[in-house]
Formats: sequence, C-alpha cells, structure tokens
Amino acid sequence: MKLVTAIVRPDKLDAIRGALESYGVQGLTVSEASGYGRQRGHTEVYRGAEYTVDLLQKARVEVLVSDEWSSDIVDVLVATANTGRAGDGKVWVVTVDEAVRVRTGERGDAAL
Amino acid sequence: MELNAVQVWMMVCSALVLLMTPALAFFYGGMTRAKGVLNMMMMSFVALGITAVVWVLWGHSMSGGGEDVGGLFGNPFTQFGMSAIIGTEDLIGAGFGATFAIITVALISGAIADRAKFTAWIVFVPVWVTLVYAPVAFWVWGGGLLSEDGAIGSWAGEAIDYAGGTVVHINAGVAALVLALIIGQRKGFGRDPGQRPHNIPFVMLGAALLWFGWFGFNGGAAAEAEEAGLIWVNTMVAPAAAMVAWILTERVRDGKPTSLGAASGVVAGLVAITPACANVSPLGAIALGIVAGVASALAVGLKYKWGYDDSLDVVGVHLVSGLIGTLALGFIALDTGLFYGGGLAQLWAQIVAAVVAMVYTGIVTLVIGLAIHKTVGFRISVEDEQAGIDFAEHAETGYEFGGLGTKSSGFVPHPATSGHLKFSKEEAQA
Repeated sequence: MKLVTAIVRPDKLDAIRGALESYGVQGLTVSEASGYGRQRGHTEVYRGAEYTVDLLQKARVEVLVSDEWSSDIVDVLVATANTGRAGDGKVWVVTVDEAVRVRTGERGDAAL
Repeated sequence: MELNAVQVWMMVCSALVLLMTPALAFFYGGMTRAKGVLNMMMMSFVALGITAVVWVLWGHSMSGGGEDVGGLFGNPFTQFGMSAIIGTEDLIGAGFGATFAIITVALISGAIADRAKFTAWIVFVPVWVTLVYAPVAFWVWGGGLLSEDGAIGSWAGEAIDYAGGTVVHINAGVAALVLALIIGQRKGFGRDPGQRPHNIPFVMLGAALLWFGWFGFNGGAAAEAEEAGLIWVNTMVAPAAAMVAWILTERVRDGKPTSLGAASGVVAGLVAITPACANVSPLGAIALGIVAGVASALAVGLKYKWGYDDSLDVVGVHLVSGLIGTLALGFIALDTGLFYGGGLAQLWAQIVAAVVAMVYTGIVTLVIGLAIHKTVGFRISVEDEQAGIDFAEHAETGYEFGGLGTKSSGFVPHPATSGHLKFSKEEAQA
C-alpha cells in the first residue's frame, strides 16, 4: 500500500477531488496546511512598511491506495494541480505498512 | 425655554463626537494583531467611561467652567459635578466639551498597542485628562494663557484653533510619543510579520465613522449659516484630498495604493483641517489636505528609522498633521494669514501656541508616565505579550475559530448565576 500526499493550491481542491473520483478513488483526507517552497512567500505593505509573509495557505490531500494504483494517482494529482506557475506544490508517495478499516477491522488492501 | 436651532445642532454634534471614540476603537482595533484587538478597543471604551465621569466631576470646571486660577486652569470646585449649571443651557456646551476630552485621551492609546498594562492605562486616563487636557483646553478655549487676554496670548497674539489642532491632536500626538518612549518597543517591532494589521475592513469602518463624527467635531461650535457651510465643505474636501494624496504617495513609493493608506489619509486630512475648518477657503482646505496626506504618509516611516514604537502612528498622523494644520493657518487663514496679506503675526501666534502646548504636554506626560511606570508598571510581561494581551489582561479572545477538541476543554457556568442549573463542575466536565 502507498500513501500519496499532495500539497496543492487550495483553489485546486475541487478539480483534484473531481478527477480522483472519476478515476475511482473512494476516499481521501484534506487538511489545511501552510508553508513555502523555493519561491518563498509574498510581501504585504501596510503604511509603507513591508511585511514578508512566508507561510502561504495550502491544502494537503492524502490518499491511501494499493501499490499498482499509486503511480496513476500521482499522475492525476499532478495533472489537475498544475497551473505552470510557482507555488503549485508537491506530490510524494510513501510506503504504508498496514491499514485497518475501523468499522469492520479489515486489514491491508481490503481496508482501502 | 424652548430649544433653539443652534442648541439642537450642538446636541446632535455632541452625539456625533461621542461616536468618534467607539469609531476609533474600530480604527485602532483592526490595526492590531488578532490576539490584541479587544484590549485595543477596550482602551478607547474605558477612556470614554472614565473621562465622562471625570469631566462631570471636575474636568469641565477646570477647562473653563470654573474661576480662573492664574490663567493656568479653572477652579475644579466652582462647577464641581456640574451642579452649579443645572437649570442653565451651559450644560449643552459642557457635554460637547466632554466628548473632546474623551476622544483626545483615547487617541493616545494607539501608540502603546499590544503591550500596555490595562491597570496602568486606567490610572493614566483620569490623571492625564486632569493635568494635561483640561489646562490646555482652558488656555486655548477657556480664557487662559493662550487666549487674547492671557499672559502668552496677549504677547504673541491669539492662535486660531477652531476645533482642536493644538488641544486635541498636537496634545495627543506628543503624549503618544512620550508614552511610546517610556513603554518601549513591542517584541519583534519592525521584524515580526505577525504584527501586521489583522482586520483592514475594521480600520476602514472606523475611519468612515470617524469622518461622520468629525462633522460634529468641527461643526458643533458654528452659530451662523455662513460659518457652518464653510466648515461642512472643508470637512468634506480636506480628508478627500488627503486620501487621494496618501494613496498617490504609496503608488509612487510602494507601487500599490492600499486600503490602509486610504483610511489613514482620511484621518490625516481630518486632523489637519480641524484647527482650520472655519478659517480657510475650500481651496485652502484642498491644499492643506494634500500636504497633510503626503506628509503623514511619509512620516509614519520615521518610527522605523528612529526606533520609537508608535504602534498605530499617532505621532505620524496626529502630531504631524495637527502641526501642519495649526501652522498652515499662519499662511492660509482668511484675512489674517500671510498669503492673504495678514503679515507674520498670525504665523507667530500659531507657532507659539504649538510650541507651548508641546513643551507642557511633553513634560507633564513624561512625569505622569514615569510615575505610573515606576509604581503600577506600564508594561505587561514578555510571556503575556507573546500569548496575546487580550487573554492576559481580559481573559477573553476576540475570535473563536472553532478547531479540534472543544469538548474536553470544559465549561462551567459562574457559580453566582447558575444556581438554577442543577449540575456540578464534575458533571460539566464529564
């Protein structure tokens, strides 16, 4: 099993969710995140004083998938989150040892 | 005796000026961090609460209601509690005067945002109103030192201060600078991006309400239609010109015209036109607004250069634009200003009044501020400042953001009010 995590623009969430659903993904977790990448944040000006705001609002999307699906899911995420501008985010994949469905106690791929 | 139109107008204006202090609470509150918004607003509200009482007790008597004590102040006991003027129309003017004292002391709080001990502020307000505001108001408006017959006024000439350039804005601006120096910088001043304003719509709401109230501030003393009309037009156009000037300055300097700049420009223009509203032409008011807008927009940066943390720019806006309005009268006052063939006499009178007020306010505020700082302490602890002054000083937070885990946090009604609720503390937390 793999955990696919994507840090994306918050305004891309709907598109990502739609694309993942049409691909067949049945569940995902979304959380608010803040951070910055190589471009850093932006500068705001109040009465002439500049404040650098590095931690930008982002959304984190997490999907647990079986091994054979993970590569495709990554492709879907990257394709839908892309705008071509700095700040589009990142997607990464990690291996998951175990997953359990809380309601039934099913384990492994059956729990996904 | 029936109310006449002037008296009705003055009562309406008094209510308009009173509104300016809660408006100031929004103006200032939006400029602080989210964790300090309530304390900021409370400093304005409590200034209203305390000063209104002080004014009825002895403030009114000291600022002109009482017998002259050497041209320095009115005898506080002559009209103590306003008892001596019950049954007279003088109460209308006394009420109008109270609203000016209230807003003036509230203005000062902007310089000490996020870090002043609330108890210290509660001590400062009545003492400052008594020892600084009331005497200065007496000098300018009550027949004291700076008036035509006063010791300084008869020598240097009487300065024009129609609605409070010297009494309100220079006075508050100097006091703000002194307190900012005594209390010191906020932690992270000039570095921490978290100290940027948390709610600019509040600031704009406050500026809008201030402007509305300011028509009462400037127009309340008008007794003739010609004067009232001139004041109204000047109170509209000076802030309008200052707003445009401020955002143009920003556009040139920073690349973007900002909302905070527009709101600040309005206030700078209002400050500048305050002393001059009845004595300059509308064209003069526009010129004054432009100069004030540009000057204050540039002056607010000085605190970073010189290192005094005038947090919400009381000095940059009120002292600078107050001085501009006061001194500009020497040039553009109708009939008596230099540009209208009046010679140097008016300019000299304006300079003397401004300097006298600055020196007196500076020294007395320094003494009051230091006395409070050495006894009560003027500053909260570093930990409280970091955690947020709202919680530390008021056990409240301005905003409830929800979040996780509210169930386990517990809620217990106050024992004095919850006798009818039949559950215990343990049950409430279960």
